[in-house]
Amino acid sequence: MTTSSDDKLAYDESSRTAAFLYALQECIRSALGSIRAHGLRSFLTMLGIIIGVSSVICVISLQQGLTQSVMNQLQGLGGNTLNVHADTSLQDRMRGKISHLSQSDVDQIRYRIDGIGNITPVVQPRFSAGIRNGENSTVAQVLATTSYFQVVRQTFPRYGRFITESDDTTRRRVVVLAEKAREDLKLPENPVGQFIQIGNEWFKVVGLMEPRGEMFGMSQDNYMVIPYQTGLSLSGVATQPDISLLLTVDDIEALDAVTERIDALMRRLHKIGKDQPDDFKVESSQSAAEMITNISGTITLVVAAVVGISLIVGGVGIMNIMLVSVTERTREIGIAKALGAPRQYILMQFLIEAMVLAVIGGLIGIAFGFLLGYAAAGAIPNFPPPSVPWWAIIGATGFSALVGVLFGILPASKAANLAPIDALRHE
Amino acid sequence: MIELCNIGKTYTLGSNEFAALIDINLPIERNEFVALTGPSGSGKSTLMNVLGCLDTPTTGTYSLDGEAVAGLDEDQLARVRNRKIGFIFQSFYLMPRTTTLDNVAQPLIYRGLAPAVRQKLAAEALTRVGLEDRMHHKPNELSGGQRQRVAVARALVGRPELLLADEPTGNLDSKTAKEILGLFSELHADGITIVIVTHDPAVAAYCHRVVRLHDGRIAEDRAQQPESARHTVEASA
Repeated sequence: MTTSSDDKLAYDESSRTAAFLYALQECIRSALGSIRAHGLRSFLTMLGIIIGVSSVICVISLQQGLTQSVMNQLQGLGGNTLNVHADTSLQDRMRGKISHLSQSDVDQIRYRIDGIGNITPVVQPRFSAGIRNGENSTVAQVLATTSYFQVVRQTFPRYGRFITESDDTTRRRVVVLAEKAREDLKLPENPVGQFIQIGNEWFKVVGLMEPRGEMFGMSQDNYMVIPYQTGLSLSGVATQPDISLLLTVDDIEALDAVTERIDALMRRLHKIGKDQPDDFKVESSQSAAEMITNISGTITLVVAAVVGISLIVGGVGIMNIMLVSVTERTREIGIAKALGAPRQYILMQFLIEAMVLAVIGGLIGIAFGFLLGYAAAGAIPNFPPPSVPWWAIIGATGFSALVGVLFGILPASKAANLAPIDALRHE
Repeated sequence: MIELCNIGKTYTLGSNEFAALIDINLPIERNEFVALTGPSGSGKSTLMNVLGCLDTPTTGTYSLDGEAVAGLDEDQLARVRNRKIGFIFQSFYLMPRTTTLDNVAQPLIYRGLAPAVRQKLAAEALTRVGLEDRMHHKPNELSGGQRQRVAVARALVGRPELLLADEPTGNLDSKTAKEILGLFSELHADGITIVIVTHDPAVAAYCHRVVRLHDGRIAEDRAQQPESARHTVEASA
C-alpha cells in the first residue's frame, strides 16, 4: 500500500468546477435512485404538484386557444376597419338624452376626412312585427346599409347578388340573407327569388351571404341586409334612426391618424366642449381584439394564481415527505458524513432530490394538463382547440423546480446539520 | 503518526458532568497494529470517535499525520476523515440500495473524482479484498463476511493513513471473523496503520500492541507477540 504524497495529489487534479459537476451528477443519480426505490410514495408526494401544474396548464391552454381563435376571426374582419357609433354616457342616459349620429355626420365624415377607403352607413331599423316566412320566423339582425358594406366587412354573397346602388336610390324591397337567418326561415339552400315578410312589408330575397362561422359559440350569420334608404324609410319619421358608420382606411399605418381626425371632426359637429366626454365612439377591430385579449388574459391570470396556490400546497407535501425521508435515512447520512461528505454535499443531495421530485411532478402535470385542456375543449361545444404556449411549459417547469428548492431547504438543512456520530448511532 | 496529548472529553447530561476520557496521552507510530480494549463504559468508543475525527475532544491536542485536528470545524474534519481515515464498523454500514462497486467508490465522490476514476479505484480495492467477482451485487446478496470485506475495501479505497475498525468481527461467526482478522494482518504486513476497537480478547490477540482503557483512563499499554493469522487460518481449514 502506497501512501506517498504524489498519490494524494493525484486525487486533487480535477478542477473545482469539474468536481462540482461530478458531485451534481452523483446527486441527481442518487435522487432518481431514491425516487424509484419508493415509487408509490414518490408519486403521492408529487401529486400536489401534478394537480397544481396540470390545472394551470389546462386553464392557460384553454385561454390561449380561445384568444387565438378570437384574434383569427377579428383579423378576418380586417384590421383596417373603423366603426363609428353613438355612445351615450350614463349621465346623459339618466337625463333621457340619447345621442345619435345624424345623416349630416355621415356626410361630413365621408367628404371631409382624408384617408378613408370605403365607407358605409348602417342602420338597424325597428319593426313593429317580426320577420316571417309563412309559419317560420327569426330574430335575425336587420342591417340597412349600402353596397359598400360587403367591401368593408370583406364578406360576399354565395348565391345571387348583394344590395346595389340602384336598390338603395329606388328604395327597393329586397333583402340579402345570411346563413343562420335562412335556416331559421326554412328557406331552400338557394333562397334567391323567394319572398319574406319584414315587419309587415314583403321583401324579395336577392342573395345569400357566405357563412362566417361562430365566435364564443354565437353565430356570426344571424343577420340580413336591406338597402339603406329602404331601412330609413321603414323606420318612419317619428324615431330618429341610430346610424353607425363602417369604414376602411387606405393605409393601415394611418389608422390612428384617421381615428383622431374623425374624433376631432365629430366633437366639432356635436359641439362638445373641451372637458365634456365624447357622445360617440370610434373603434377599430384591433381595439376590440385587444379588449377581448385583455379581459381573457386577466381572467386567466386570476384563475392561474388561484390554482397556483395549490402548487404551494404541493410544495408543503414535498417538504413533509422529505422530512420523513431524512429521519428514515439518518443512518445513511451518518455513513456519508463518516466517509467525509461535507455539509454542502448533503445539503445539495437533498435539495436536488426535492427539486427532481418537483420537476418530475411538474412534467407529468404539464402532460396531464394538456390532455385535460383537450378534454375540456372537446366537452364544450364549438370551443376552439387549446394551445399550450412554450412560456407556460418553461414557466411551469421552472416554478416546480423553485417550489422543490424552496420546500427542500428545511429538510436538506436538517440532514446537513446532523452530527456524524449521532447520525451513525441512530437506530 | 498519531499524537494524542492530554485528551479529555466531558459530556454534560442535564446538570451532571460526565468525564468519558481523562488525560489520555497516546502516541501511535506508522504501521502499528493496535487493539483498543476495555469494558463497556470505559471510554473506548469515545476515544475511537476522537481518533476518527467524528468527535472533538473537550481538552487536549490531537495531531494526525502532522496535522493538528483538535481545533478543526465540521467540514475540515470531514475532509480529514475522507482523506486520512478508513472506517470499518461492526454492522458494516453499507448503502443497501447501491452495488458493491458504488459502495466502495462512495468516499471518492467527496474528493471530486470523475466517475470513471472512482470506479477504477473501487474495482482495485475490491480485488484487493478478494471480491472482484461481486462488484455488481447489492449488499443484501452477500454474506456477512463478504459485506465486511466490502466495508474494508471502502475503507482502503482512499488510501488512508489510518484504518479504524470498531468491533469489526462483532457481527460475524468465528470462522468468518478469523478470515477478516487474517485480512487485517495482511494489510498490516502491507504497511497500513490499524487501530481495532474491541472488547474481545481473541481479537486483541491478533494485534501487536494492546491499549486497555478503564474509567476513561489508559490502564494498560503493552506490546505483545501477535497470534499468527496464517497459522490460525491453516489450523481451522
